[in-house]
Amino acid sequence: MSFCLNFPLFSVVASLMCAVISSVVSGKAARVLSLCLTSIISMTSAILLFYVLSTGETYTYLMGHFTHPWGNELRISLLEPLFSMVFAAVMFLCLLGGRKQLLEDLQPDKRNLYYVMADLVQSSLLVLVYTNDIFTGYVFIEICTLSSCGLLMIRQWGRTTLAAVRYMIFSLVGSGLFLLGVVLLYNITGHLLMPDLKQSVAALWEGERYTVSLTSSICLITVGIAIKSGLFPCHFWMPDTYGFATPSSSGILSGLISKGYIFLLVKIIFDVFGTEVFYASGVQNVLFVFGALGIVVGSVSAMKEKDIFRMIAFSSAAQIGYIYMGIGISPTLGILAAMYHILTHAVTKPPLFLAAARLCDTCDGKRHFTDLQGAAWANRLAGVSFSFGAFSMIGLPLTMGFISKYLFALSGFHANVKLVPTLIILAISTVLNTIYFTRTVLRIYGRRQTGNMMSLPVRQQPSFAAVAVLFIVLNVTAGVAASPLIDFLQRGLELF
Amino acid sequence: MLQNLWNSRIQCAAVILFAIGFSTLLLHRNLLKKIIGMNIMDTAVYLFLTSIGYIRGKLAPIIVEGATSAADYVNPIPAGLVLTGIVVSVSVTAVMLSLTIRLYDRYHTLNLDEIYANALREQEAQT
Repeated sequence: MSFCLNFPLFSVVASLMCAVISSVVSGKAARVLSLCLTSIISMTSAILLFYVLSTGETYTYLMGHFTHPWGNELRISLLEPLFSMVFAAVMFLCLLGGRKQLLEDLQPDKRNLYYVMADLVQSSLLVLVYTNDIFTGYVFIEICTLSSCGLLMIRQWGRTTLAAVRYMIFSLVGSGLFLLGVVLLYNITGHLLMPDLKQSVAALWEGERYTVSLTSSICLITVGIAIKSGLFPCHFWMPDTYGFATPSSSGILSGLISKGYIFLLVKIIFDVFGTEVFYASGVQNVLFVFGALGIVVGSVSAMKEKDIFRMIAFSSAAQIGYIYMGIGISPTLGILAAMYHILTHAVTKPPLFLAAARLCDTCDGKRHFTDLQGAAWANRLAGVSFSFGAFSMIGLPLTMGFISKYLFALSGFHANVKLVPTLIILAISTVLNTIYFTRTVLRIYGRRQTGNMMSLPVRQQPSFAAVAVLFIVLNVTAGVAASPLIDFLQRGLELF
Repeated sequence: MLQNLWNSRIQCAAVILFAIGFSTLLLHRNLLKKIIGMNIMDTAVYLFLTSIGYIRGKLAPIIVEGATSAADYVNPIPAGLVLTGIVVSVSVTAVMLSLTIRLYDRYHTLNLDEIYANALREQEAQT
């Protein structure tokens, strides 16, 4: 059974190989290959998860049997298989659910290239989740940036290309800062593997040596990742990026890629700096403040937005704010809430984008609110899927969004000074979320206007239907049976 | 203080270069200048890495006759990191340049503000 410890490496290599193969086959074959790859990765991660659960230990996978400090390593504990499983599953659903728009947006002779990029994103997400080497983390951050830019610019609109340029610029600023942080850290410790780094950092902090370099390194790495994942005030690339990409890409970019970076940050907090050093450096307070501001600014911008895709994108900015607020609150319950919210957002945001695209289809591709009046009656499943996603974002009971907000409030109660701001922000954000999402749901279920609506009923695509139902089932299952998942995350964080 | 600065003059230069590249990347409106800024920023990090990886008087990490102790050589890892970093920045530059070409073909300008204004106009004309 210990053979399944090889699965992470196999998955990474398989994704890279699939990317190479996809570049020379037809679009259809590349699509099938991508779908098979993501489903197999999801399944093997599940097997690995059960194995790790049954043994209750964490593993370090040595590549080529080179021991530290020379070799490159992967680390397997409880959280890594869980997150790679969820990421691969969501990737699968995104690629499947947005098929119709993909066919429209991609040039026929370039369809396979989209799946090359998707496979590369899949491999880099896996590495971001599993890696135990900070420089490997940096390299795959860049691969992730480049391939996600590919996913984005494959739609040949002017606004999309412009959005891709902006996305690249912010990403490059972020990865430049991250790289400088890593180099500074290497400079003072001489290590790149996370366990060695953690020991050296603890020793330096204990002996009060190089504190300035260490603190700057913490700041640079955190700020770099925060910029890349779109924390306020660097969230201005988000609305265009998510709003003008093809819906599958929007789902992957907002639900997975930014979350992959945040997972790496949490990993760095636990495995490189150690929670004590990180939470003594004061950076968490900055994250808390900007996260809280991000929630409010993102929600207010979403409220003012007239374009449905850009509205969902601004809502993403607010959700990123939640995650960073959680990281800022405390290393125990706060990060637990943040991790749960990563999962919530990964299964809530992609169906919103996919459903919004189907709703826009019913009115000739128009994306403005006033055009969407009554769109849900023309495509009922898309309407239900959108409304359910909206309810989960608002935080109604039975959905994952509710549990997220409950966990954030709970973590606030265990952090003395931050209690009142946390509760106030949660209250404001819930009100704002309710306003803009309820407004949209009411709009799509409004009285149909004749004239701007296509008269024919929309033919339901089986792939979209399956994806929409699966997302709802996932969301309700994880929302109703939340306590086993929370216990699991808690155990995972202890073992991290 | 001044002695320290002098001892780490290369690192100081690297940080200044990084700041120049960083601000060019963020503040310039011209796409090509942004790309140049990005390259300066990356190069600054490589300078930093190379300078901390080099020890005066030590040999390059290739085994030569007569020098058998590991202490005779410099650490090869920083150089390896620089090489990896260069590969990354070359590919990033290629992608950025291709995006720039596509935008220039469409809007016939490299100024980001003008491109944005044109794109907005184009979108309004479509809807």
